Amino acid sequence: MGDLAINGDSAVALAWKQIDPDVCAAYPITPQTIIVEKFSDYVADGDVGTEFVCVESEHSALTVCTGSCSAGARTFTATSSQGLAYMWEMLPITSAMRVPLVMAVANRAISGPININNDHGDVMSARDCGWIQIFAENVQEAYDNAIIAPRIAEHPDVQLPIMTNLDGFILTHAIERMTPLDDAVVKKFVGEFKPFKPLLDYKNPVSHGLMDGPDFYYEHKYQMVQAMEKSFAVIEQVFADFKKISGREYHIVEQYRCDDAEYVAVVLGSSYGTMKAAVDELREKKGLKVGVCMPRIFRPWPAEQLAKILDGKKAVIVMDKHLSVGAYGPMYPEVAAALIKCKKVPAAYNYIYGLGGKDTKVSGFEGVFEDVIAGKAKTVNYLGVDE
Amino acid sequence: MSSKPIKDLIKGDVKLTSGHRLCAGCAESIIARQVLMATDKPIIASSATGCFEVSTTIFPYTSWNIPWIHTAFGNGAATGAGTEAAYQALKRKGKITEEMRFVTFGGDGATYDIGFQALSGAVERGHQLMYVCFNNEAYMNTGIQRSGATGFGASTTTSPAGKAVPGKTEYPKDLTMIMAAHDIPYAAQVSPYYWRDLISKAEKGFECGGPAFINALSPCPRGWRFNSEDCMMVAKLAVETCVWPLYEFENGKYVLTSESKRIAEGKSEKKPVTEWFKAQGRYKHLLAEGNADIVDKIQAEIDRKWERLLALSKL
Amino acid sequence: MNHKDMIIGSRVNGGTAAQFETGDWRSLTPIVDRETCIDCMTCWMYCPDDCIIFENNKMVGFKLTHCKGCGICAKMCPKDAITMSEE
Repeated sequence: MGDLAINGDSAVALAWKQIDPDVCAAYPITPQTIIVEKFSDYVADGDVGTEFVCVESEHSALTVCTGSCSAGARTFTATSSQGLAYMWEMLPITSAMRVPLVMAVANRAISGPININNDHGDVMSARDCGWIQIFAENVQEAYDNAIIAPRIAEHPDVQLPIMTNLDGFILTHAIERMTPLDDAVVKKFVGEFKPFKPLLDYKNPVSHGLMDGPDFYYEHKYQMVQAMEKSFAVIEQVFADFKKISGREYHIVEQYRCDDAEYVAVVLGSSYGTMKAAVDELREKKGLKVGVCMPRIFRPWPAEQLAKILDGKKAVIVMDKHLSVGAYGPMYPEVAAALIKCKKVPAAYNYIYGLGGKDTKVSGFEGVFEDVIAGKAKTVNYLGVDE
Repeated sequence: MSSKPIKDLIKGDVKLTSGHRLCAGCAESIIARQVLMATDKPIIASSATGCFEVSTTIFPYTSWNIPWIHTAFGNGAATGAGTEAAYQALKRKGKITEEMRFVTFGGDGATYDIGFQALSGAVERGHQLMYVCFNNEAYMNTGIQRSGATGFGASTTTSPAGKAVPGKTEYPKDLTMIMAAHDIPYAAQVSPYYWRDLISKAEKGFECGGPAFINALSPCPRGWRFNSEDCMMVAKLAVETCVWPLYEFENGKYVLTSESKRIAEGKSEKKPVTEWFKAQGRYKHLLAEGNADIVDKIQAEIDRKWERLLALSKL
Repeated sequence: MNHKDMIIGSRVNGGTAAQFETGDWRSLTPIVDRETCIDCMTCWMYCPDDCIIFENNKMVGFKLTHCKGCGICAKMCPKDAITMSEE
């Protein structure tokens, strides 16, 4: 297959078509809707054998998916913003039931006020729910993550659901050049779904989703902790395998010009690209020693990997596209906690930016570095707010 | 009537074992056992959160000898729909060849109230799923709070009979009719006292080829305030007083069954609602002096609905 | 329970509740009069706890390890062959 000019949602739908999941249950919500629309076309044309369940709500979307995956079907869904919020009750249940389903999340601000544009309010509000979370910088990565995701989630050492995040509109709707893989290559890479104690194996009846007393609840959570820890090795292996079929190399934490940098920004998603441009500008025009890194995997939180990259830097700038009102951006305390592992602990600043789709340009990111270097930054800074 | 005699039913597999922790004399497991007797095909079961779900599956013990899943409270039908969707997909892809049946159990809170949207959506989509409501007419798992299924005048912990308010001041919603209005292939009301009727309806529900809804009255000794041994007699009285008529909605037709049919035909007596009240402590206050007008009002409503059902059954 | 002994995901293999004995909840115990019993199986149909034991279509007693003593069997017996007794 040759290169395509395609938007992120359609790229995800294309990956799903190539994987041909058994069940997909979803509900429309901007800016995810194109995924389920495109996938519906594939169902309508018989390109996939998927049972497509058009549910009456996102709560039912994730419930149907949890039921079908527990029953033994490879299951995918997609949502965004309020849809993810409406699913929230089911998010920790799905992970605690160790259901390895795949969910694309088109990241969008959480109401209110209602806003359809991109930030990370939805996914950050779901960060404690026991899901693996993977981020994409561009449309290519949104596509690649969709193919990588089931391999991570379904691995016997992991058995956890996974969210593949792509920034709303910036990636979901923007058309970019992308290199897809051949159908057969994808099929072989993803492989057969081997469910663990599925319901449909009726000759070996298993009960799923029992009530835990205090003697078991914590232990079940601890099993999830272990699965998350083991997932690092699985993710690295899957990334290595993916490089073999695609030539594209991914890391748990991506880094750009960090080696000799004195100031390093930490960002998630599409801003990684914008920040790379800012880093190039500042290095080339002003000779500033700056770099940027992106935790491609946000859960499990790669504290060790980040600490290794950030050790000895003068300052770390954590860019948060969400805000815990009254505290920090959600990633700031996590990075700060990771920095404690450094031999030489850098200073750490938090920049809130891009909320509700507030446009942030390369020049804005350059200003962030310059303010920090000039000693003008506070602990928490609100970039781009009209004060 | 059940197509199998009881001597054959007893030979069936034990699908729900002893050792569950429902209160002594709870009707829910009686209903569940009867429903599960209604097919010999493999069943995949699911439950909404509630008394029955909790009592049958306290880790590491499960009463279920068949595959079973629970996820949450307000989504029982969606959980069951998910298991059925997996079956349809894997059958189409040739990974499964056997015929299987799917059943979801939920209490009235999970069915009439918080899970109604999921139920309505699941039946509209046409899943081959039978949803069975254990209607004990209140939130019993949390301690007898009123629900959309609680009867007018019933004293619950959130509609207590006090000096100014005589228990619940609203009638229950008629969920069986609401489900019939979805024009699903099969809907029915059942009472576990009339077990032949119940099993025969569950058989039809399992085999109707699409979504089925069974609303099972489930007397609750604790919440309704009667002695545990009287459970099935209370289940009988509900039908005899026409508080809970037995009928089915099959391919667009309403049909009265069992004792309700006999009452309609004049072969059995329609007992006054006071008989129903006398059997349960939750209605005791209605029988006190000064509340006769409330009793009359409730009787009039039961009569109105019964007449409407009679008219529907003649269409 | 050690987490290593637990299947992941709050899953258990079917039917384990049979090992959980609810018989000690009981204050009244059913006793059957075999002379009166007609083996009609009504008690079995209505027992919430599946505690009526039939062998070769004969009612032979109660599974007292699990019987909670609700008394439904005694109440529903068409021949009054079952009585509830204080142990």
